[in-house]
Amino acid sequence: MSSYQYRHYPYRRPTELDGKGKRRPVVIVGAGLAGPTLALALAVRGVASVLLDEDDTVSNGSRSICQAKHSLETWDRFGIAQRMVDKGITWEQGEVYLHDKPIYHFNLAPEPGHKFPAFVNLQQYYVEEYLFDRCLAEKLIDLRFRHKVVGVRPDSGGVSLDVETPDGRYTLDADWLVACDGVRSAVRHLLDLPFPGEVFHDQFLIADIRFTSELPKERRFWFYPSFHPTNSVLLHRQADNVLRVDFQLGRDADPEEEKKPENVDRRLRQMFGPDATWEHEWSSVYTFTCRMMERFVQGRVIFAGDAAHVVSPFGARGGNAAVADVDNLAWKLVRVLAGTSPASLLESYCSERRAAAHENTLNSTRSTDFITPKFPASRAFRDATLALAREFPFARSLVNSGRLSVPTVQPGSSIDTPDGDTDWLRGPTPGMAMVDAPVANGRGGFLVDHVGPDFTLIAFAARPVDLPELPAGMAGVMVAREGAPPSGWTALLDRDGLVRQRYDGRAGTAYLIRPDRYVAARWRRPDARELAAALRRATGHG
Amino acid sequence: MADAATGALRRTLNLRRPDEVYNAIIDAHRDLNDDQCRAFDAGLILLLANHVGDADVIGEALAAARLSLNGGSRAG
Ligand SMILES: Cc1cc2nc3c(=O)[nH]c(=O)nc-3n(C[C@H](O)[C@H](O)[C@H](O)COP(=O)(O)OP(=O)(O)OC[C@H]3O[C@@H](n4cnc5c(N)ncnc54)[C@H](O)[C@@H]3O)c2cc1C
Repeated sequence: MSSYQYRHYPYRRPTELDGKGKRRPVVIVGAGLAGPTLALALAVRGVASVLLDEDDTVSNGSRSICQAKHSLETWDRFGIAQRMVDKGITWEQGEVYLHDKPIYHFNLAPEPGHKFPAFVNLQQYYVEEYLFDRCLAEKLIDLRFRHKVVGVRPDSGGVSLDVETPDGRYTLDADWLVACDGVRSAVRHLLDLPFPGEVFHDQFLIADIRFTSELPKERRFWFYPSFHPTNSVLLHRQADNVLRVDFQLGRDADPEEEKKPENVDRRLRQMFGPDATWEHEWSSVYTFTCRMMERFVQGRVIFAGDAAHVVSPFGARGGNAAVADVDNLAWKLVRVLAGTSPASLLESYCSERRAAAHENTLNSTRSTDFITPKFPASRAFRDATLALAREFPFARSLVNSGRLSVPTVQPGSSIDTPDGDTDWLRGPTPGMAMVDAPVANGRGGFLVDHVGPDFTLIAFAARPVDLPELPAGMAGVMVAREGAPPSGWTALLDRDGLVRQRYDGRAGTAYLIRPDRYVAARWRRPDARELAAALRRATGHG
Repeated sequence: MADAATGALRRTLNLRRPDEVYNAIIDAHRDLNDDQCRAFDAGLILLLANHVGDADVIGEALAAARLSLNGGSRAG
């Protein structure tokens, strides 16, 4: 049915079955989106991991299709983001319809001069394929297919796992276990940890179809279209001329009936008219839940991605949050393993990513309530908003067909240093993701290319002698008009003046960027002592 | 202007011709059934809320409007 060729990756007999196992610093369970991203983020920092998956292939179905800018920036560090951009569909525009008329057009393009677009649409199986290819080429990653975790025994110094393979069961000991094993997390179940949240009853039908005619690039969302008058429909394009059509079915639909190809075709025929032709790629009827664990770090067991939190699909937040989780976790875990930070640094992973999960849940629940109102007054306000939208610009902004994923804000994190200076006109505050801008005369054309796997200070200076002294463990990026950089610094030319503009940079201004590309601190003119203090705090010594 | 003693929401008269405005609102509902009233009021509230703009005022109004549910008493 699918045009995508599912490769089956080879199973290999583990050395543990022949009595040659050794204790591992990190074992990751689950090779979906989060697991391989984490393994690669550890490997670029020199840390080895074992990555286990019960299956031997990529995502069954296209699932997560909207890969956000922040995720692409993360994957770019492993050299695979450009491959995704080339294969995928870059889109920034969206159109919302009421009945059959457009009422609202949006453009997500942040501004010119970013390395990556707001979104690239690419089926999850491609993203996983590129991640797997990269993992398999990486010596520090031991990726094991058809290795299913069936037992977990944590103790104070680590975790013992029981793993089932086609050749039998073995035990694997690890200092740290990261559970990236998805919404039905086996690790969470085995440890009997609760996953509280809210269940939604509305049903949706996903029909991914391959189309031969010319396709729209923008996202389209209909409320009450004539081809599906009772509910909403989403249309979105993916690679290989595949379209995602998502029909809201309501609570009472019979999923077995709806899934039948003839019934899916009947809906599609009404939508696309008598002349269109298509082939089916993947269909699924789904409902969804919003859930979150109380704690993402439980001793030596850490949860990330869908295993730790799930949201509705509106807003493309599941997969992108999974990637952001492990981007946040990787550098902290590396420091804890190296002994350069206390284990308490991992508490900030829990608090920051729980705050992010809250924000994602709130956004996704609001979208859900708009798309599927839960009580009559809610529906009345929704319909009034839609009715006013064509005429009144303010109402268009209230139309919520999914607020699409942007990096979450993690305000007040204990490892960030709050603003001391008060004269900021612009620029990301501590707790916000850094913003990209074009630069010249460095390794690449964009600021994100110059933020390394460790801490980076972006400093604006009239001349190199004005730069602050860098503490150990911090790389410097100098945005200056002239002059050769001192040692430890990279000089960047602010080609279009956009770095200055986006960071409100004046001579002396400096931003401390964390390894996950979030701002840890910023100053108008820091001295060496302030820099060192912010770095101590950001690394869990504060 | 806010009422200094109580908060952001104005409690004293702000309408030059109060009876006219009141009756205009009533008249606008006269030919509507209950469902239509609900739709109409939803649109009206959204338009006015956007015009007011101040989230504190709207928040206080949302709390104060509950008084209309039980004849003006705060209990219940
Ligand atoms: C219909 C649909 C549409 C979606 N659309 C979007 C979107 O547009 N954008 C977006 O960001 N997100 C989207 N999502 C969500 C996204 O797919 C998930 O959030 C994402 O896959 C989570 O990644 P993960 O790595 O946490 O888990 P998963 O990708 O689910 O990976 C979990 C892995 O763990 C493995 N595993 C499980 N148990 C074991 C075990 N006992 N032993 C070993 N391995 C095990 C599984 O084989 C699997 O490979 C969508 C989801 C659905 C269902």
